[in-house]
This record gives sequence, C-alpha cells and structure tokens, in this order.
Amino acid sequence: MRTIYNKIRWVSGNVIMVQAEGVGFGELAMVAVPGGSSLAEVIKIEDNRIFLQVFGGSSGISTGSEIQFLGHGLKVAFSENLLGRIFNGIGEPRDKGPRFTDNLIEITGEPVNPAKRVIPHKMIHTDIPMIDLFNSLVESQKISIFTSAGEPYNALLSRVALQAQVDIILLGGMGVRFDDYLFLKNALEEGGALTRSILFIHTAAEPVAECLMVPDLCLTVAEAFALEGKNVLVLLTDMTNFCDALKEVAISMEQVPANRGYPGDLYSQLAARYEKAVDFEEAGSVTILSVTTMPGNDVTHPVPDNTGYITEGQYYLNNGRIEPFGSLSRLKQLVNKDSREDHRAIMDGMVHLYADYQETLEKKAMGFRMSAWDNKLLDYGTAFERGLLDLRVNIPLAAALDRSWQILSACFEPQETGLSSELIDKFWPGDDEKSKIDQDRA
Amino acid sequence: MITDGIIYGINKNMITVEFGGDIRQNEVAHVIIGDQRLKSEVVRIRENLADLQVFEDTRGLKKGDKVEFSGELLTVQLGPGLLGQLFDGLQNPLHKLAEQYGQFLKRGKAVAALSAEQLWRFSPAVKPGAVVRAGEALGTVPEAIFEHQIMVPFNFTGIYEVAEIADGAEYRVNDKIAVLRDDKGNLRPLSMNFFWPVRKAVNIYQERLSPVEPLISQIRIIDTMFPVAKGGTFCIPGPFGAGKTVLQQLTSRNAQVDIVIIAACGERAGEVVETIRQFPRITDPLTGRSLMERTMIVGNTSSMPVAARESSVYTAVTMAEYYRQMGLDVLLLADSTSRWAQAMRERSGRLEEIPGEEAFPAYLESIIASFYERAGLVRLRDGRTGSVTIGGTVSPAGGNFDEPVTQATLKVVGAFHGLSRERSDARHYPAIDPLTSWSRYQSFIGSEQREMIIKLLSRANEIEQMMKVVGEEGTSITDFIIYLKGLFFDGVYLQQNGFDPVDGATSKERQSHVFELLEKIIGGYFAFDNKDEARAFFQKLRLSFLSLNSAVWDSDDFSRYENQVAGLIRESCQQEEDAINITNRQAFMEQDFDSTFIRARSTRTLKDGIPLHHDDDYRGEDADDLQ
Repeated sequence: MRTIYNKIRWVSGNVIMVQAEGVGFGELAMVAVPGGSSLAEVIKIEDNRIFLQVFGGSSGISTGSEIQFLGHGLKVAFSENLLGRIFNGIGEPRDKGPRFTDNLIEITGEPVNPAKRVIPHKMIHTDIPMIDLFNSLVESQKISIFTSAGEPYNALLSRVALQAQVDIILLGGMGVRFDDYLFLKNALEEGGALTRSILFIHTAAEPVAECLMVPDLCLTVAEAFALEGKNVLVLLTDMTNFCDALKEVAISMEQVPANRGYPGDLYSQLAARYEKAVDFEEAGSVTILSVTTMPGNDVTHPVPDNTGYITEGQYYLNNGRIEPFGSLSRLKQLVNKDSREDHRAIMDGMVHLYADYQETLEKKAMGFRMSAWDNKLLDYGTAFERGLLDLRVNIPLAAALDRSWQILSACFEPQETGLSSELIDKFWPGDDEKSKIDQDRA
Repeated sequence: MITDGIIYGINKNMITVEFGGDIRQNEVAHVIIGDQRLKSEVVRIRENLADLQVFEDTRGLKKGDKVEFSGELLTVQLGPGLLGQLFDGLQNPLHKLAEQYGQFLKRGKAVAALSAEQLWRFSPAVKPGAVVRAGEALGTVPEAIFEHQIMVPFNFTGIYEVAEIADGAEYRVNDKIAVLRDDKGNLRPLSMNFFWPVRKAVNIYQERLSPVEPLISQIRIIDTMFPVAKGGTFCIPGPFGAGKTVLQQLTSRNAQVDIVIIAACGERAGEVVETIRQFPRITDPLTGRSLMERTMIVGNTSSMPVAARESSVYTAVTMAEYYRQMGLDVLLLADSTSRWAQAMRERSGRLEEIPGEEAFPAYLESIIASFYERAGLVRLRDGRTGSVTIGGTVSPAGGNFDEPVTQATLKVVGAFHGLSRERSDARHYPAIDPLTSWSRYQSFIGSEQREMIIKLLSRANEIEQMMKVVGEEGTSITDFIIYLKGLFFDGVYLQQNGFDPVDGATSKERQSHVFELLEKIIGGYFAFDNKDEARAFFQKLRLSFLSLNSAVWDSDDFSRYENQVAGLIRESCQQEEDAINITNRQAFMEQDFDSTFIRARSTRTLKDGIPLHHDDDYRGEDADDLQ
C-alpha cells in the first residue's frame, strides 16, 4: 500500500504542491477533489516539495485533500478492442463500453531514430480535389489545417476520416464544443468508419488541463498500431486549444513567457507530438492531420507560426474552401510524379491560370478595360471555382484531372494553357466531350 | 578523485544536485537510474547545489538519485571514420544505435563515435627523434578521398620528441601508433584518436587570414550577387515555407568544398532522412565518389532531447575544425540556429535567469557571435591553409526579421541571404530577396557590376509598384523597358530550378560567361515602338534564355541557344556601349544609390502595393530627367 499524503501547501491555478518522499518526475497521482478524485502529474520536484498538475482542476481542493502517488506515469491500454470506442481526455470511457486495464503501455515520448525512417512515398487519397490534385496528402506526413473560428474544419476532418484509405483513424479532440463532438461522432458512425476509429475527446466544458494528454494518448496508440504494420491517420482538433492549455500551466508555474504569454518551449512541445508522424521501415505509418485555428486569422500568431515550422505544409481553410495559394504540401513532389503523367503539369498550370484570373479580377475591380484574354480568364476562374475549388466537390483524383482538362478546353485554346504539346495531344478533350461540359455549364 | 552527488530537485530537463567535493563548470555528469546512465552537463553552481542540464528524458528521476561527476568537459571523439556518418547532438552514431537498440532512441544508450574494430592503413610521416607540436601530423590513413592526418592531440602543449612511431600497417583507432617524449622526459603513448571539448575553439594555427577566395555554391544569386568566401560566415533567415531547407540541401550538394557538415538542429527528422537516403546514391562530380563520403550529419531533430540540441552545433563545429587542421575546406551548415537559440532560452528559463527580449537570455548575442567566430580561414603551422565556413539558417518568429536571433546573427555574419515570402509565394526560387540581401565578400564580378544590378532591380521594383497604381498606360516606355529588364534578369539568372539537373548547379565559368551575355542586354539600348513589342521581345528572349539555362555547358545545344540569344540581341539592340554607363544613365536618375535602395524597400513593405506619397513626386522628377 502506497503512502497517502494530505498536506497540500500550495495551490495556484491547476498546480498544487505537496510535501512527499520518493516521488518520481512525471509520476501520476490521484488527488481527492470534491465529489471524487482527479488524476495529477508531477511536473516539478524541489527537495521534498512535489508540484503536481491536477487534470481535473484545483477548484474545491482542500489543503487536507488526500493524494496517492501511483508509482508510474500515464499509461494507455492498447488492443484491437479499442476500435470503435470513445474516451475522454485522460483515457476514461466516454461511451458505455468497458474500461481496459490490461496491456497498458506507458507514454514515454521516445523519439524515432532518424536512421530508421524512410522517405515517404505513398499518397493518401481523400477524393477532395484541392487536396489530392493540388496538395496531395502523403502517408507519414504531418500537416495542419490553418483556419479560423467558424470555418467548417471539423466537417473537413470528418470527410477526410471517412474517405481516406487508411487502416485506422485516431481522432483527438481538444476543447471541442459538445455539439461538434456529437457531429464528429455521428459523422463517423453514419459513414461506417467508427469501427476502425478510436476517439479521445476532451470537450470545452471539461477541465482545461485534461486536453493536455489528448495528443499523447492518440499518438501513443497510433504508434503501437503502426508498429504492428497498420497505416494510421491521426486527426487532431484543435491544437490551438492544446497550446493554450500549455500556456495556462506555464503561467501558473510562474515561467517566463516567451511570446504573447506562450512558454519558450512551445516549439519543442509541438514538435515532440508532430514528429510522431513516421513511416517505419518494415512496418506501418502514422500520418497526422491537425487543425490549428489562427486567432484573428493571423498566421504570425505563435501557435500557427511554430506549427508552420514543424509541419510539412498547411492547408488554408478560408471562406469554406481550401485556398489554392498559401496551401502547400511539402511532400507532394514525392508522390505526384507517380500518380498520372499529367498530374504535375495540371497542378501547376491550373493554379498559374487561377493566379492570372485573380489579377484580372483586381484589374476589373479597379475599372480597367477587359481584353479578350481577360474575359477568357474570368470564364475559367468561375469554372475552376465551381468544378474543383468548391469543398463540396467529391471526386477521385483521375476524375479531377479529367475535369481539369474539360475546364481548360471549354475556356482556352490548347496553346494558351502553357501545357506541353505532348500532354495536350494525349488529354485535350474532343468536341463531343466539350459539348458535354458546355451543357453542364448551361 | 570523482565527486558524487544526489538529486535535490527536478524541473523537466534541468536537475539540481547536491554535491560534496569539487566540481567544474560545464563538466559532464551521469545520473544513475537503475541500469541507465543519463548524460548531463553542469551549467550553474550555487554553493553546494549545482544545476545540470540532462541530455535525456528525466521521467522517473527522484530526489536522492545518485549523480556521478566525471571531471571532464563535454567532448567529442576525433579520428578517422567520422566522414559519412550520421550523429546525434552528442556524437552518438545513429545507425549504430539503430542496429543495437531498434526503432526508437532509448534513453541512456551511448555508442562511441568511431568504430573500435575498423582497421586503417597507417603511413608514418615522421621518424623517431623528430620534434612535433600539437596538431602536427604523425602519419596519415586514407579516409574516403582524403589522406586523413593522424595528428598530435590538440591539447598537448609544448614541444615533444617522437620516441616511437608505428610502421606502415593496419591499426584500429585505439591501437598505439606512437609514443612522444615531453621536455621532462615523460613518455606519452598515442592512438589514432583523441577527445576535444566542444565548447572550446581549436586555435593551434599560425594565423587567421581574411577570407577572400569565393566559395562556389553553384547557386547563381549567391555566387554572383551575394557571395560567400571560404572561411566566412553567412545566414539565411526566412519564414516557414520560403525554402531555407531546400537551399541548404542544394548548397550541401553542390558547394565546391572538401567536406560538408550538416547540423540539423531541432528541425524535421524527414529532412535528415532525405539527405541520408539520397546522398549515398548521388555522385559528386568533383570527386566521382558518393556524395555521402564527403558529408557528415549531426542530426538532433526537433523531437530529440532539447539540451543535446543546444550542444549539437558545437559538436558539429568542433569536427569541422578538426578537418580544417588537415588543410581542408569545410562548410558547416546549421539548420536552424533559431532552434539552437530556443534551446538556450528553455535552459535559461528553467534556471530562472532574468530574461532579455522575447525571453531569450541576455547573453544570446555573445554566444551567437562566438559561435560564428569559430569560422575562419587559417594558415597552419606547416604553411598550408584550411577553412571553416559557417552558414546558419534562422527561423524568425512570424517571419519578422526584427527579432533577437536574426538581429544578433546579422551583426556577426559576412553575408545575409534574406528569404522572402513574396518571392516564394510567386515560386521564385531560390527565394533570396535581392533587394534586402547583402554580402561583404568579393564576387567574381566587380563591385560596380553588382551595384549596377542592384540598382536595376530596385528601380524595376519601383516602377512595378507605380504601375500597380497608374497602370501600364501611365508608365513611360523607358521605364517600362527598365521594368522588363529587371524582370528578365530576375527570371533567367537569379531564379534557378533546383530540381533541374543542369540548371540546378551552375559552375563559376558558366556563371561569368552567361553574366557577360546578360550585361549586353541590361546595358543595351532598345528602341521599341510600343510596350507590346517590348514585352514580346523580352518574352522571346526569356524563352531562349531558359532553354540556354537547361542546356549542358559547352554542348552543341548550349552554343545553339547562345547564338539564338545573341541573334535576338543583335536584332533589337541598337547600340552597344559600356554596359555600366548605359545602365546608370538609363535607369538611375538618383545620384545617391542608397536612397534609391531605401526607398525601394519602404515601398515594398507597404501592403496592397500602394506606394508612399513621395513616390508620386519622385516619379515626376524622373519624368523630367528622362526628357
């Protein structure tokens, strides 16, 4: 039987301090709180003064509350039985299913040896043209959706979850609104993907500190599945809430803030999670797609800024669509050379013309006269937005490429597109196809 | 006498240790936890308490755990066999760690940097009785394409006599290959390797020289406009996504130096993976051998322990200095120094030091300065020269260069290659901004020519900004041609397709040849009837020039496209004079170059391309001058 301590000397924010002996750094404890108990983690030791971060929050904690140290750090059960289950931010069942106690694995955060990583090479198809065609998602990539409050980012995540060709999906929610949680859950259920998903959801109503564990729980389970040869997709929403929780802890610990109140180790904290994305030599992979809401839609805010330096690209979700400019998948070059021969050329060519369209729009807005070429661009821009850019468009890559050719042929002469004559000979649609798109447009 | 201590406090990777006896600042200690030994370093001593940064995860450590002080500073092992390896920040070879411990980096596991088994064929260079000093060669072993010198350890002070020297046979790195006798008659046996403290610069050379010879990176905008000298320093700041890492990778591949050391410091592991998987398959055109044979990587990526990230740049620069001592030219690329500075910030925060700007420690500047000062071109004691060139990327928060790390770095480097988001968004690679970047080193083109290009580009930029407001109609044809010239020069020379096998790397000869051709265009006088004609001409010229860029140097294709370009110039360019004079006359009414430059900058920083009011006045002046 482990000793129970009941002399809490210090309470500040969600951090308490108790005098105890023989406690390890990072160890967990159960703290009695009004109406039950809460998990807490040792975050600092100074002589026999043990500082704990209480996940359930410190509200109502008495200086005489009982604390029992567990002798180990946070663990998570790992087995196939997790599939289809929903847990809260500290790994307790949120659904009515059983609690797991066997095959526990400790969350250690050991980094993967770079010598054991391989260069990513497999594309994950999502059937969203703005991803597949223009910024392909790659197995073992870490990439974030940069967006702002009010954008349909959870809808986008659930669509990727339903349509991505992966073995297992881990969905981590941090500070999600309860109706967003229900939305995500229902979407997975209705889409028939819940049986291959595991959810760790911390809702906005729950104590803030409980969201700190969500990425670690998801990524530890994901890594364990990957080592068994599974390809796992980890969806995290919203990492800004995670960073804000880090900020809160740092401030209660009286740490010197680095930038807008965030702790100086924000980069390392984020990197430790995102770098879990990996393609193992001779085993499976972990891919991370996260959501980062940008306060004030400001990309220079510390959270998106640090994230951008860590992730391998970003999707800007703005006005309900994935922006063709700014969005970037750094790893797309590794996969789009092997998909279809016209993929790269179409990707570059379409965006180039769309940029010209934007310029024309500006010119138009300033009252300059529109030339014949300008009018063609205006036609093209509208067709592009309707046929590919709209987030509702749901077609596989090959169909998206075909549609691109149709749009081009409906708006331009072949030589105006800047595409090579070889590709044009092969892919330029004939008249009958053209009339089809004309009908569509009509 | 080894001192022991026990843990008193733990704050993430910073532990406080109660000790008895003597300890040294920056000495290495090991925390004993079960059968694991966690390496750590003393960073502060206060009475009987020492603060140590632990190079590993501190989970599970308890008050009262034992700490063993070693009495030694943090060192790296120097000897044959470093080349081609991938190390972590503490010089553990990662491939060997993977062989022994699998997929993950387990804490407390260490492996010697040099293989104890590998045999090296030793050729003695001195005879018994010879007098030697630290850093002088006792013999050589072949390593990759180099004659690796086996030197008297750098920490041997004074003069020694060779008492014994091994004969030409094969030895392991720890075998005895020589015995030296000091002036008191004591004998010191030597093997082929020794240790050197990483935080101490190696300075056993005759003199430090000023860096003059250009280091050819084969990237045109760098070599021609903002060159780097062998033994110099440069920095590459840029927001995320602007192509810092790709630029570093291209430099590491194409730079004309003997050895490249890449310090991947707190960046993505995927980038290191690309290098270690691709380099062994790429042939170095200079040597005909695998590129990996001249490369070393110190990879302490972002999820690896932060304290080791802080020391990794020192590990890398110490190995660079070691090879410099053999008379070689070494290029050290540190990506990214901001992550290194952040590691210092984390440490400083845990020590509860009074913070400076953005919570960086107050000593940030002096530490950055002393790191870059370890670069240098030196004359060794035997008269040969060797160099260490340091290039560091900086990842400024929010892409804003007015932050402490960028500013501290700018003060101490010799060249600044500033990357801009605008250029990278427009897919203008390398995204080095020619209007903000600078270099204090000599280029192979004259400084007048460099100035001429800068003037052309900043004037072209001003005209472009003006055109956004007044439209093409409101721009004079002369201005329009300057604008097209600037656009053209940028498009065909400053921009380079890093993925094109030919265009990706341009030799010095080719650069100066092509530049001469371009000078004719920039300095040429073109009389076009209207803007469409001018635009069509430059578009045609551009296409021919791009074909020229991807034609192999000295091939038939190259001469064909060169003739095509020359033909186009002859057709439209009416007179050829001294290029510098013409450009100056045409493009720059401003006497003072600096004011043009500054004005260009201030215009550029404005949003939405709306220039300042004084630019409107300025346009008026120009119009007068043009008449």
